[in-house]
Amino acid sequence: MSDAPQDMHAFRAEISGWISANCPASLMGRPMDETAIVWGGRKWTFTDDNQRLWLERAVGRGLTAPRWPVDYGGAGLSRAQEKIYREEMERLGAPPPLESFGLWMLGPALLEFGNDAQKAAHLPKITRGAIRWCQGYSEPGAGSDLANVQTRAEDMGDHWLVNGQKIWTSYADQADWIFALVRTDRDAAKHKGISFLLMDMDTPGITTRPIRLISGKSPFCETFFDNVKVPKANLVGELNRGWDIAKYLLTHEREMIGGGARGLLGGRSVGQIIASQDGDVLADPVLRAEAMQAEVDALAFGLTMERYKDQAEAGRGVGNASAMLKYYGTELNKRRYELLMAAAGSDGLEWDGAHGGLAPEWLRTKANSIEGGTSEVMLDIIAKRVLEMPSQ
Amino acid sequence: MKDMTQSLLDTEDEVMLRDAARGFLADASPVSALRANRDAGRGHDPALWADMVQMGWTGVLVPEGAGGADMGHRAAGILAEEMGRVLAASPYISTAVIAASILRQAGPDARGMLQAIAEGQATYSVALDEGPKFAPAATAMQATRQGNAFRLSGAKAFVADGRSAGRVLVLARTSGAAGETAGLTLFDIDATRAGLDRAPLSTIDSRDHARLVFDGVVANGDDIVGDLDNGLAALRPGLEAGQAALAAELTGLASAAAAITLDYLKERKQFDRTIGSFQALQHRAAHLWSEIEVTSSAIANAGRVLDHTPADASIAVSLAKARAAQTAKLAVSEAVQMHGGIGMTDAYDIGFFMKRARVGAEWLGDYGYHAAVIAASRGI
Repeated sequence: MSDAPQDMHAFRAEISGWISANCPASLMGRPMDETAIVWGGRKWTFTDDNQRLWLERAVGRGLTAPRWPVDYGGAGLSRAQEKIYREEMERLGAPPPLESFGLWMLGPALLEFGNDAQKAAHLPKITRGAIRWCQGYSEPGAGSDLANVQTRAEDMGDHWLVNGQKIWTSYADQADWIFALVRTDRDAAKHKGISFLLMDMDTPGITTRPIRLISGKSPFCETFFDNVKVPKANLVGELNRGWDIAKYLLTHEREMIGGGARGLLGGRSVGQIIASQDGDVLADPVLRAEAMQAEVDALAFGLTMERYKDQAEAGRGVGNASAMLKYYGTELNKRRYELLMAAAGSDGLEWDGAHGGLAPEWLRTKANSIEGGTSEVMLDIIAKRVLEMPSQ
Repeated sequence: MKDMTQSLLDTEDEVMLRDAARGFLADASPVSALRANRDAGRGHDPALWADMVQMGWTGVLVPEGAGGADMGHRAAGILAEEMGRVLAASPYISTAVIAASILRQAGPDARGMLQAIAEGQATYSVALDEGPKFAPAATAMQATRQGNAFRLSGAKAFVADGRSAGRVLVLARTSGAAGETAGLTLFDIDATRAGLDRAPLSTIDSRDHARLVFDGVVANGDDIVGDLDNGLAALRPGLEAGQAALAAELTGLASAAAAITLDYLKERKQFDRTIGSFQALQHRAAHLWSEIEVTSSAIANAGRVLDHTPADASIAVSLAKARAAQTAKLAVSEAVQMHGGIGMTDAYDIGFFMKRARVGAEWLGDYGYHAAVIAASRGI
């Protein structure tokens, strides 16, 4: 099937029919809260049998990773087809059958930088939801200055010996494997001595400790490495060139986090949500004006996501401009949640009241503009790389 | 809102059009030309307009059958954007965008006037507002029936190109009361008709604006565009096209103001270093660039929607105009501030950008007007 309009039309009809026939009705249109997300992995237990059924069917069709090659468990769709698939999923209210850092981050990295053995070993398990991955990037001394990672991997001949500490490792306590940036050359310039290493979290010497956040939740962990032996074959790409992979993935991550500004509210407008809860609060002229402005900006931002996707489809990378998506999308998301909290009033102040879940989500959004590069780092990237402003 | 099969990127033809327009305008109408217009007391330069006619820009929305190039609204927006970059003054939006969009919906009788627009024989102004804000339904001006004719009496407060345009599209009330959307009728009349006084306004953007006073101006049934008492419907395609084009102009203006400022930041030295190396200024420049990027998407989208699903264009157009007004305001404010004292001088060009941005923010509906259109459609 080509990307010609008539074929796209046929594809839309076909995929829409498939989703309707295969996604269990109980999942359709369900609010996208945390219980709606299927992460998969060795430690995963389904709380809803329909979620298991939906995942199995999607795996059978390759649709957990629509654009990955069929050989690795994907559906081999073109960008245009994937876009249609996601549009139909959203229109029908079907939830993603599986979400994971493997799908979002490691998979794209392996497809770009991994060798055949690594792709064959890891990609199918990601698409099936058999293995859950976490990302080991930040360290206590390497936050915004990520290239300053100190966790080291020493070449012991037949294995790597890893020692150090990661922080802000999302869901490390529930993950099966970790992809991490480790220092393999302590004498080189800091960007030039980093490698990209894969580790089984069950390896002796790896421990995790959840970090309790202001939201009361613990989605992030500290991860410790104490004389961890890792097979030599687990290094991805070239030795000491891990920063290239990290940059590639950070660009990817920024687009994703920025995109979340629409995804988190399920494409609904702040106004629709407020009106559905208690439309009377819109009589407050200040709140109403702010909601109108947020709506204007959200629509324009959504179109910008579309435009950048169109650009990627045309084979022209977005490059450093992805920093803008990350900056703008996360700041917008924080504004939207401030509005939802203001609209909820005292009802939004309980951890588990009528608006249960809103307060933790609101608090969670505060990390949007910190994780994956702070807003300030994004502005630095735009200024230096896009606008080519001088350093002195 | 967006037809997902339409890319928001410029097509090859559009890239060529943009390049050609940019090249031509850089030579024919640099910002110094606006300064010269101002100092000579003219709202626009007829020679520049003649060149635009020559290049087919006046026919951008005129069907080929009437002598136009029929390039579409996205193309019309690209031309407006490029004009905005250099603050090129002309009756382009009033004539080639608004009037052409109205007349091409108005049936076979309007074909002659469309041809006249494409060939540069006719220029138009569009006389709507009677108060300081864009509000077509608030029209109170009367068109009183007298036999087979109408007598138009009343005043239009702020008419772009109203001093120089040869024809006027004027909205007047044939029934109902001010504030009602029904009962308005759109007339297409010669600007020299007896009883019509065009008083030039000296506006901050140095362009042609006028107050039009109608004192028993006679119009007949042939002058009506669209249907009697249903003038807003006839006006709508023109307004939406004009709002989208003006939004594009403002975004071109914002991009140019940002680019001029960026050059200055890379050049100006204080404290023995280039001021563009200061993070405080870098972040402001980067934020401004981000806002312009986001607004550019709304501009491209409005053009695409007008070209492909014009019946659903209202939100897309209002989004473009709201964002463009806000972004242009930010751009010119940041531009003057980051230039420092020199930005306040008349000798330096940046002030011209600020003044046009303020006029463009008001014309055809301000931020609040267009944000309200969007909000109403989104349950706010």
